[in-house]
Amino acid sequence: MPQVTLTVNGKTSTVEVEGRTLLVELLREKLRLTGTHVGCDTSQCGACVVHMNGESVKACTTLALQADGASITTIEGLAKADGTLHPMQEAFREYHALQCGFCTPGMVMSAIDLVQKHPEGLSEKEIREGLEGNLCRCTGYHNIVKAIDAAQAVMHGKAASIAPATV
Amino acid sequence: MNVAPFEGIGASVKRKEDLRFLSGRGHYTDDINRPNQTYAMILRSPHAHAAIARIDTAAAAAMPGVVAVFTGADMPSIGGLPCGWQIHSKDGSPMQEPPHPVLAQGKVRFVGDAVAVVIAESKSQARDAAEAIDVDYTVLPAVASTEAAIAKGAPEVHDGVAGNICYDWHIGDPAVNAAAFVGAHKVVEFELVNNRLIPNAMEPRSAIGDFDPTTDEHTLYTTSQNPHVIRLLMGAFVLQIPEHKLRVVAPDVGGGFGSKIFHYAEEAIVTWAAARVHRPVKWTADRNESFMTDAHGRDHVTKARLALDANGKFLALHVTTLANMGAYLSTFAPSVPTYLYATLLAGVYTTPTVYAEVKAVFTNTVPVDAYRGAGRPEATFLLERLVDVAAREMGIDKVALRRRNFIPADAFPYQTPVALQYDSGNYQATLDQALVTADWAGFETRRAAAKARGRLRGIGISTYVEACGIAPSAVVGALGARAGLYEVGTIRVHPTGSVTVLTGTHSHGQGHETTFAQLVTEQLGVPIAQVDIVHGDTAKVPFGMGSYGSRSLAVGGSAMVKAMDKIVLKARKIAAHLLEASLDDVEFDPRAGAFRVAGTDKQKTWGEITLTAYVPHNYPIEELEPGLEETAFYDPKNFTYPGGCHICEVEIEPETGHVQLVNFTAVDDIGRVINPMIVEGQVQGGVAQGIGQALLEGCVYDADGQLLSGSFMDYTMPRADDLAPVSVATHTTLCTHNPLGVKGCGEVGAIGSPPAVINAVVDALKDYGVRHIEMPATPAKVWSIINAGLRLAAE
Ligand code: FES
Ligand code: FES
Repeated sequence: MPQVTLTVNGKTSTVEVEGRTLLVELLREKLRLTGTHVGCDTSQCGACVVHMNGESVKACTTLALQADGASITTIEGLAKADGTLHPMQEAFREYHALQCGFCTPGMVMSAIDLVQKHPEGLSEKEIREGLEGNLCRCTGYHNIVKAIDAAQAVMHGKAASIAPATV
Repeated sequence: MNVAPFEGIGASVKRKEDLRFLSGRGHYTDDINRPNQTYAMILRSPHAHAAIARIDTAAAAAMPGVVAVFTGADMPSIGGLPCGWQIHSKDGSPMQEPPHPVLAQGKVRFVGDAVAVVIAESKSQARDAAEAIDVDYTVLPAVASTEAAIAKGAPEVHDGVAGNICYDWHIGDPAVNAAAFVGAHKVVEFELVNNRLIPNAMEPRSAIGDFDPTTDEHTLYTTSQNPHVIRLLMGAFVLQIPEHKLRVVAPDVGGGFGSKIFHYAEEAIVTWAAARVHRPVKWTADRNESFMTDAHGRDHVTKARLALDANGKFLALHVTTLANMGAYLSTFAPSVPTYLYATLLAGVYTTPTVYAEVKAVFTNTVPVDAYRGAGRPEATFLLERLVDVAAREMGIDKVALRRRNFIPADAFPYQTPVALQYDSGNYQATLDQALVTADWAGFETRRAAAKARGRLRGIGISTYVEACGIAPSAVVGALGARAGLYEVGTIRVHPTGSVTVLTGTHSHGQGHETTFAQLVTEQLGVPIAQVDIVHGDTAKVPFGMGSYGSRSLAVGGSAMVKAMDKIVLKARKIAAHLLEASLDDVEFDPRAGAFRVAGTDKQKTWGEITLTAYVPHNYPIEELEPGLEETAFYDPKNFTYPGGCHICEVEIEPETGHVQLVNFTAVDDIGRVINPMIVEGQVQGGVAQGIGQALLEGCVYDADGQLLSGSFMDYTMPRADDLAPVSVATHTTLCTHNPLGVKGCGEVGAIGSPPAVINAVVDALKDYGVRHIEMPATPAKVWSIINAGLRLAAE
């Protein structure tokens, strides 16, 4: 069986996989990192989004073999070692941007990549368009959009902390 | 112990559950792996209707890693999946209830029907082997729609179920109703479809069966909204496992919306198979299996007639509905188009007589059952479209016509002609508030401005009432429910004063761990950080009926309040003993966390009392048992009746027919609000699903019963850029019969919104002679109306 060596959340592992093994299967079943979810079989929902070499990818549509030598960050690797949340995680909590939590890991990983790719800042409309690849059935997205807006201010150094929600 | 007041009832406390979900530490069924686990893959029928002559599993059984292959023939003694609600037809006969086998017995009846199961060392081995099973099908003619199913000479979905009719039911007095139409100034006739929906909770269903031969105990981990109900149904009716040998665990569940209420075949298959192969068996749906096996929602075809007098007063309503049950009766399916639909047809209006006839029909499609709102969205859509049509045809302003027919605010409790008694509400107030928030008065200016930009702008309104927390048990039993609908709460106060709450409800996104903890803070004064809510495990929680129909707070929360009443009484007795005072003189102040002798400064803290309860050295041991734990079963006296007003504003691009949502206002009366942040989120999510139904979503079968909308590429789910900000506000009248005064907020969004959206679309197209547009109002439909002369003439 082929082997894959990859660094996930700073920890390097070598894993035996089948040629057809998906990155998300490697993460969930071999490394037991179950924070990354599978919500579909057509690459539509975004529940599986992780960062590969700093960019978001759908782990359900990436073969484990393609991740050989890569550095992967999953939702489990976002918070600092002392437990301090990433501003995006904090904003999701502050703005009640999650309900059942199933879409949340992929949503957060996609949102971080979206904000990082747009240092100039995103309008509400651009945030909505940027979430095209992520489905949420619970929230109606409105609070997710607000959370991403609040997080981008912190991520771009325009605010020191997440602006408090008003409800 | 001092309690910050902002954590109690009415505070937007941030959710306790969020930290684990945001860190990837959620614990969903598919995240669980049992030692020595195997994987199940289910072979499903590719045909809507076929006879099975032979299933050859030999090749599959010989494939690498295969542990076992089972078909229906291996399960002769296994019961079918039971139905939890029995309806009787007009003539008094019980509904047709054909068997619902766990694995097909000689026939398949919908695309996706389970035929065989392979159990293997890995998921991919199980998948490979399932493909090697050879099934000899003889394809039979199928019926995919209710119209096709009741047509003369239609193929029978179940042998001996004549005309595919499950039941032919009615409510109301036909003679009184017919008489009220005689001599009416105007009768508005209307026909509409309530489009079939696929729930699509983001977490696919999953189930793990585990068996311990040393104790004979079965454990099922499952994506369920009601683990105790699954234990009851599966244990008693399917597998004959007594409750004390069957544990059902529903851990974190990634959304349900009704689809995870029901007992599904896969739960029984993995539980049964685990005991056969003596290893844990895990099954997780691929999304395509979710599309073709999760119970679908809605799917009504309805004709209605509304009689009005010259002033626009409603005189009578007559409704006939065809409701699709799918191929088999899912757990609560028969109740949806009857007691959750027709009983709501008075709506918020004083219509003196309502008569409804409902035919439930079998088809070769996935079973249809409750989906967010369940019956009430169908009733609301019908009424609120009908009222708009009537207003237009009578030349009366649509808001004025509604007001003229509203149940007055001082008329509660109000007995409707279709069985329900609304306890409280104020439809005028929610309407007034919504009109102001949505700037109804300024709309024509916005319409004109849009026109100048080449856009067609429309505004739509819906005023609705719904029924939640279905109860009491005696009444629902008389109506056909085969279960009670009470709820159970246990309050376990620990020696140092922290609290564990065991509740029979289940949280799959609703935030119970926070809201319920707020109830404890309010009543016992314990900070929410020291309160844990336990749900979803039959081994931990005494009993419960689960979460659906917006019942968790109204029924489950009330059970907790009743249990806390007992806790406070017992704690006061202990305090009275320690303070050497009489019980009547001891008051509990939860904000201060103190028991005081009235009018003195003598007091004991919460912690002193809880410790004394468990270290009873100085204790009234003759009269009082030690310990501080109480349980209450709460059986409500009535349903609760949330209501309100939704207003939607859209703009249509005539060149494309694309409907853009521009404003949405919801003003809902959900009774007392515990956590405004969570309520707002629930309403926003519900409205998004309602907008999805109105503009985007529709399940499509072809005439042969093939599911055409079987993936996220074919079934349009609402995405972030399809939606617009939703303004959510509440106006409270308290529920009069539960201790919290709460009504429920989980479904109002999905119930009130679809007619508001379609009314807005029809309003935007008012110059095109459109009387109605069926959901979903896709760009293609709208474009056709605007162009090509496909204008439906206003009758
Ligand atoms: S699991 Fe749905 S896009 Fe990857
Ligand atoms: S929070 Fe449930 S799917 Fe997004």
